[in-house]
Amino acid sequence: MNGNELRNILLAAAGLGLAALLPLTGSGYLLSLGVTVAMYTVLATSWALFSGPTHYISLATGAFYGLGTYVVAVGIDTLPYPVLLLIAFVAGGVAAGLVGLATLRLSGVYFVIFTLGLAEMIRQLVTWVQNNWGSHRGLYVLTDITEEIIYWELLAAAALVYLVGWWINRSRLGFALRIIGNDEVVAAHCGINTARSKVLLFMVSGSVAALVGGLLAPRWTYIEPAIAFSAMLSFQVVIMALLGGASRLWGPLVGVIPFTLLWEVISGHFPNQTTLLLGVAFLLIVYVIPNGILGRLEQLYRAAREGAG
Amino acid sequence: MDILITGLLLGGTYSLIAMGLNLQYGVARIMNLANGEMLVIGAFAAFWVFTAGQISPILSIVVVAPLAFLLNWLIYRFMLLPLVRRAKSAGQLEVDSILATFGLAFVFVGIMIATFGGEYFTYSYLAEPFVILGETYALNRVVAFVLAAIMCGLLYLWLNKSRPGMAVRAVAVNPESSGLVGINVSRVSAFAFGLGGAVTAVGGTLISTFLTMDASIGVLFTMKALIIVIMGGVGDVRGVIVASLILGLAETAVASLIDPGLTLAAAYFMFILILLFRPQGLFGRRSS
Repeated sequence: MNGNELRNILLAAAGLGLAALLPLTGSGYLLSLGVTVAMYTVLATSWALFSGPTHYISLATGAFYGLGTYVVAVGIDTLPYPVLLLIAFVAGGVAAGLVGLATLRLSGVYFVIFTLGLAEMIRQLVTWVQNNWGSHRGLYVLTDITEEIIYWELLAAAALVYLVGWWINRSRLGFALRIIGNDEVVAAHCGINTARSKVLLFMVSGSVAALVGGLLAPRWTYIEPAIAFSAMLSFQVVIMALLGGASRLWGPLVGVIPFTLLWEVISGHFPNQTTLLLGVAFLLIVYVIPNGILGRLEQLYRAAREGAG
Repeated sequence: MDILITGLLLGGTYSLIAMGLNLQYGVARIMNLANGEMLVIGAFAAFWVFTAGQISPILSIVVVAPLAFLLNWLIYRFMLLPLVRRAKSAGQLEVDSILATFGLAFVFVGIMIATFGGEYFTYSYLAEPFVILGETYALNRVVAFVLAAIMCGLLYLWLNKSRPGMAVRAVAVNPESSGLVGINVSRVSAFAFGLGGAVTAVGGTLISTFLTMDASIGVLFTMKALIIVIMGGVGDVRGVIVASLILGLAETAVASLIDPGLTLAAAYFMFILILLFRPQGLFGRRSS
């Protein structure tokens, strides 16, 4: 560990500590905004862990998230909450592993298509099971977990994701993934088991998404398939991560904050225009800032330094 | 028997939609995820023409097809060709085109919701009974099937028997080499992309005669078309037709035997089987 890394860790810890003080402001609105930002930070960062280096666009976040929410909703009356979170974490990983095994051995297009409809398919299955064997359509999650606690839990999850991401970047696995992202054929010729590396990392990202789903279940109180398995969520996460820049660990954070605020404003004033906003954001990313805000800033910084020197 | 014929009728209409996507992905190499939205636009145009002027949806095809061709041609020329030119590798083009067409899809949906609202739209056209082998079916489904079959047949003949069709197939096989033998690759690609969009929009017009649609249903059809194209094999007309009939049958069987809410799950089941056992498509050969 060199001085630069130590400085970064200290900065990150300070930022996290500062963020943890948010509930002290006593504003319910700020807190609920904080929960949303924290949730998307964890989701987008864990998304970028996999998709950043490999360039595989996963649209399965919504599916894993819903899975986590459902694990908690189904078991809340019988099992303690921490155990449920653990189950959600494992279930997300297993589901991601299965999806990965079926699709990641093939080209990237299959993966995108498969994940695109995954949330909707699981929603159909859950609805069907509930209609036929469940007593009622929705489930209640009644706990004494307050929004402050959810917020702190999410911050802890964010810290965990950053640590894992930092560790993966230094590990052989991270190195292998960067090679895969640059050229998969070269990677295979170097003796990297490309399919295994991709599936492993996709599992990490799936577990985290399911965990976040589980953490947020108490916020909803009432859960039904249409709420838990939202396809919109997957797209929002992709946009936020790419907007910030998926090639740096803290890139997604740069995208999460402005997009969440913008989303709040648009969905508050023009609820019918959220789809249009998603579309425009996608086009903006492709045509104007292909490397994200962070990539653009780095480019400007480099240009300025060259100009000065 | 009932399931068999209903499934085949549905599958025939699907094949037209999948054929459109196949032209766009197989020839122009653009995985167009806004394909389903083009279908909804076609459906909506038919609905609008029918309710406003009592004009038959079949006739509206004459207007829908050229307009959809133009729109898709413009999209390729001004939005996707720059991406093709800037892409350093096939992988990068794939990511860029997926994101760009997702953006387009959402923009289309957003515009449609903003101008027409999010309600379901449906109209009654040829909703008369029609008897096949002693069982009755809705006439509109039969008409849609027949028209789709005619158009698929024409496309197949055009692709396989005419000179421009041959150029399109050449680009589908290998864009670099077709450039060497004097084919204007970017022009053929733009043409194929436009044609694919027109075919899909016509498919939408036909489907709207018997299905209830809304502005945001497009992505479901995109999914189905993608599954069919992968199942049939990219660029394989025969495979795509067989695959769409299989999907139509499977969906109808699941909807009538188990639960109508599970059609996408049925499509996914087939998708998984294909991915696991024949990722090269039904009739495809394993590439060496």
